Amino acid sequence: MNVYALRVYEYWMLSYRRVWKGSIVTTALNPVLYLTALGVGLGKLVNRNGSGLGVPYLDYVAPGILASTAMLIAAFESSYPVMGAIRWTRTFFAQLATPLRVRDSIVGHQLYVCTRVATAALLYLVVLAGFGAIHSWLAVFAFPSAILLGLAFSLPVTAMAAWLERDEGFNALFRFGVTPMFLFSGTFFPVTRLPHGFRELAYVTPTWHGVVLMRSLTLGDATFWWSLGHAAYLAAWAAAGFALALRTFTRRLVT
Amino acid sequence: MSTNDALIHARGLTKQFGGLTAVDGIDFDVHKGEAFGFLGPNGAGKSSTMRMIGCVSPVTDGTLRVLGLDPLRDGPKIRARLGVVPQLDTLDNELTVRENLWIYGRYFGLSRADVRKRAQELLEFVQLEERARDRVEPLSGGMKRRLTIARSLVNDPELMLLDEPTTGLDPQARHAVWDRLFRLKRQGVTLVLTTHYMDEAEQLCDRLVIMDRGKIAEEGSPLELIRRLSTREVVELRFPEDVPTVEPESFNGQVARVEVLPDRLMLYTDDGDALVPVVHERLHPQSVLVRRSTLEDVFLRLTGRTLVD
Repeated sequence: MNVYALRVYEYWMLSYRRVWKGSIVTTALNPVLYLTALGVGLGKLVNRNGSGLGVPYLDYVAPGILASTAMLIAAFESSYPVMGAIRWTRTFFAQLATPLRVRDSIVGHQLYVCTRVATAALLYLVVLAGFGAIHSWLAVFAFPSAILLGLAFSLPVTAMAAWLERDEGFNALFRFGVTPMFLFSGTFFPVTRLPHGFRELAYVTPTWHGVVLMRSLTLGDATFWWSLGHAAYLAAWAAAGFALALRTFTRRLVT
Repeated sequence: MSTNDALIHARGLTKQFGGLTAVDGIDFDVHKGEAFGFLGPNGAGKSSTMRMIGCVSPVTDGTLRVLGLDPLRDGPKIRARLGVVPQLDTLDNELTVRENLWIYGRYFGLSRADVRKRAQELLEFVQLEERARDRVEPLSGGMKRRLTIARSLVNDPELMLLDEPTTGLDPQARHAVWDRLFRLKRQGVTLVLTTHYMDEAEQLCDRLVIMDRGKIAEEGSPLELIRRLSTREVVELRFPEDVPTVEPESFNGQVARVEVLPDRLMLYTDDGDALVPVVHERLHPQSVLVRRSTLEDVFLRLTGRTLVD
């Protein structure tokens, strides 16, 4: 962290100020809608037929929604906005004409993404508590876990945004990457229900690690080493994404 | 002046992109307080040179020192003392005029109080106070350009880099920009600019280099270059059909040089009015224009091509 990155962060927050009101309402309303529809509504059906999940469906699905929301916000905020700041508004070029460096532009933007994910995670956790879906004080660790999961997505997507020649590439990312991960990474049902091949694929996704980690924290059955393992795996994605982003940004901006 | 006094010092400066050589071993020095220009057509290597000076493009070969520092090692330190007006606007269209100045000042590490004061001064300087609260998006090209100039001044730079400062602007907007740049020059700010407009170079530059295909063709003050490489006046002739071929020798020493362009003939002479009756009689042109030599003529002499195609 450095003071230069904070100046970039200030830019993104200044831009966000124009839309924050609508954005916050959506962020707060989404968990209520999701938990009502899936946790309470669908959950009644699931619980009646014996889910075999060991816990009420609301408790099962709630942390999954928390994790997938962190993923969606992080992936989106690092896709079009990053490409836009390179190609459309050329904001990153403006920043590079000042004492700021390439890594400051990346880190400052990530701080903004973290702020967005953290706000959503906080609102979700409050709503989750309201719905009675939190069963352990360990749930406080779900907050940093959501940010970590966010970084595991936002940094690789940021690297991709600087590498892509056209924004059509994001369609593929969301269609074949983010959406399947949202649906099949243990968010709504255990990955053990997936056929072989797909199940192993799910284990590789950062989403699955994030979901399992957060679920164990809100349910209170987390173990230290498993949690550390999941966190380390997410951190590895974030670190690799940062290294890649430094390369793709430099190739795009410093020529 | 010795090279140590130079704000920019370049020797054998080279930039290659893959197999393409954009800047081909150029030498130049820019001194404190002067307005220095790179004049040349598109693709001459002007912008590549500017980007290297701006520390956002690594030097392929040769020496470059900006403010006595090495751009490769001290990029951020150098950029902290530069004011950059890029060829393409990098303003944030969604933010207001004032916010654009404000955030840029923050990039340079100015305190909130300083940045507020500075933004106000600069808005007055570029005459945009009345638009301070408006979003940038709907502003005219000339206003955006003035805002970009204001923004580049937020850190009180020792050296300003202006890449094609008036390209794409209408004449009135160009004059408004030139006026601001004149004032800066008078305040002692060192200006380095690229342009493919010879009138801009003549108006603003104390000294300039003419670039063509990555190399420096000539160096000097606009007047000196015109005096050295052209005649005092030019007689331009247009013809209804094909442009005839004439030899300069056939005018009894009245014509120093002849340039044949697709649409006109140019006779370089020291006394245009004396030549007019002669050409009327001999060549029967459709129209005759006597004018002073400009940098355009210097460029034509050096490269055989016109600046703006």
